[in-house]
Amino acid sequence: MPDQLIFAMEVTLNGLMAGVLYALVALGFVLIYKASGIFNYAQGVMALFAAMTLVGIMQGQVPFSHMINAVFGSHVTHFGWTVPSLVAILLTVAVMVVLAWLVQVLVMKHLVGQEPIILFMATIGLAYFLEGVADLMWGSDIKTLDVGLPQGINLWIDEVTFNIFGYGFFIDNLDIVATVIAALLVTGLVLFSQYTKQGRAMRAVADDHQAALSVGISLNFIWVLVWSVAGFVALVAGIMWGTKSGVQFSLSLIALKALPVLMLGGFTSIPGAIVGGLIIGVGEKLFEFLIGPMVGGATENWFAYVLALIFLVFRPQGLFGEKIIERV
Amino acid sequence: MLDQADSYVTEDGRTIGGVVMEMKNITLRFGGVVAIKDISFDIREGEIRAIIGPNGAGKSSMLNVISGFYVPQEGEVLFHGKKRPQMRPYEVARQGIARTFQNIALFDGMSVLDNVMTGRLNYMTTNLFQQAFWKGRAEREENENREVVEKIIDFLEIQAIRKTPVSRLPYGLKKRVELARALAAEPKLLLLDEPMAGMNVEEKEDMSRFILDVNDEFGTTIALIEHDMGVVMDLSDRVVVMDYGKKIGDGTPDEVRNNQDVIDAYLGVSHD
Repeated sequence: MPDQLIFAMEVTLNGLMAGVLYALVALGFVLIYKASGIFNYAQGVMALFAAMTLVGIMQGQVPFSHMINAVFGSHVTHFGWTVPSLVAILLTVAVMVVLAWLVQVLVMKHLVGQEPIILFMATIGLAYFLEGVADLMWGSDIKTLDVGLPQGINLWIDEVTFNIFGYGFFIDNLDIVATVIAALLVTGLVLFSQYTKQGRAMRAVADDHQAALSVGISLNFIWVLVWSVAGFVALVAGIMWGTKSGVQFSLSLIALKALPVLMLGGFTSIPGAIVGGLIIGVGEKLFEFLIGPMVGGATENWFAYVLALIFLVFRPQGLFGEKIIERV
Repeated sequence: MLDQADSYVTEDGRTIGGVVMEMKNITLRFGGVVAIKDISFDIREGEIRAIIGPNGAGKSSMLNVISGFYVPQEGEVLFHGKKRPQMRPYEVARQGIARTFQNIALFDGMSVLDNVMTGRLNYMTTNLFQQAFWKGRAEREENENREVVEKIIDFLEIQAIRKTPVSRLPYGLKKRVELARALAAEPKLLLLDEPMAGMNVEEKEDMSRFILDVNDEFGTTIALIEHDMGVVMDLSDRVVVMDYGKKIGDGTPDEVRNNQDVIDAYLGVSHD
């Protein structure tokens, strides 16, 4: 087998795994958009906030310590304990649920029935406010996140591929774990929305608010639930990306990676987010590998958008999005 | 005039009970527009009560007041003799008041069966953890609710389209699915907002038959809105007539038909 083809296979595999991470972020957008018609610009910042909270709790940081010290002239920074990662993750989930509730009660509740652009603006405001809160709570320094996920080259794949092709593939263990977790998460979400009472109510709200009210569904409750689930998805994405490249401001920019995925997969489709993520992941890695050297590289930053734009022109509703039919 | 607690038997042998719902001096304004002006009437257990009137008379507004979608500025709503505090629409629904909408409001992404199942949401008491980890109980609950739903689906003769996504159904069937969803909640009071609007004669006859059958078979109290007077007169036990937000008539179909104000409103007399 020619070397070039073997390398392309490795690149494709890595692309698929990167795609899973993109899909994970896109999923958070889809969930909220489906249930409430809100394009949640703050999804990326939620991932950052979740990751920072997780690190902060694990390291026993005192929240708002800078503020406390500034006001009281004290010098507290840490409680002096560390929290096991599993406990810290559970606590972070609780924090994300509280955040979801606050967002609903303080902001979204008052904007029911407003134009989508107003809701979008509200989430922009929310994004930057949340970013500030995250800094204020946990400090703006770069943190490393280690919840005990395996990292580094997977030796088994390396060995197997070496025996077959005479060339060992480099696949990161973290990517494999991310793929497995993403698969579990998506399966869980699908089971939840198809087979539970709350899932059924969630789908009902996504379809028609009036009708949902008429069968006794509290919109407020469902929206808090949806924002909580989106917060949980953000936490998972935050853990994966944070472990990979550290917890810092740039983590919130992963939202930008999710945009082409959404353009491709449609804003309303969970399978779309996954397939879209995979296509973007593989597409941009292969393009960089095949065409990149000819144009001087660095195609990964923009290729996804070009791919998404081409899709957008031909299928504005995305791969699996609901078709827009206007009756005249 | 009948006493509130009195029950009586109709000509066709149905028993009409005491007052279930009473509207007392309801006034509803939208800014400067008065949609409902000081209207009072009651709904008795087991009866079919119609609210009729020309377009823009305030009928739908009245239905929305009963179902909690609108909050009146003045007046009281008494349910089972007790004053109802201000409630959100979903709380009203949980009290056992189900409704349909004038412009069909179904869950387009779901099948007929799933749509009707949403009517049972409030009968499902298992929580998320039980549903995830205690399969037996959640399954039993799902099956019990499913049985009720299947009965209603049979009753309304929509078995053949059970698995069809509602977005593919023709208008008349959509209306029937909406009725099925409302019935699935086993409501104490069923509100129908123009159940026959936009239907052809055959569909209207079907719908009339279903409304009568529902009332007869399940003893469901029904309040419905129509502007087509003919249909209503055959269906209902008592009729409230509204015009320009005011009540101009209230009584049996015969009484209403001979009411001069009602005749004027429908035939058109200059309002001066």
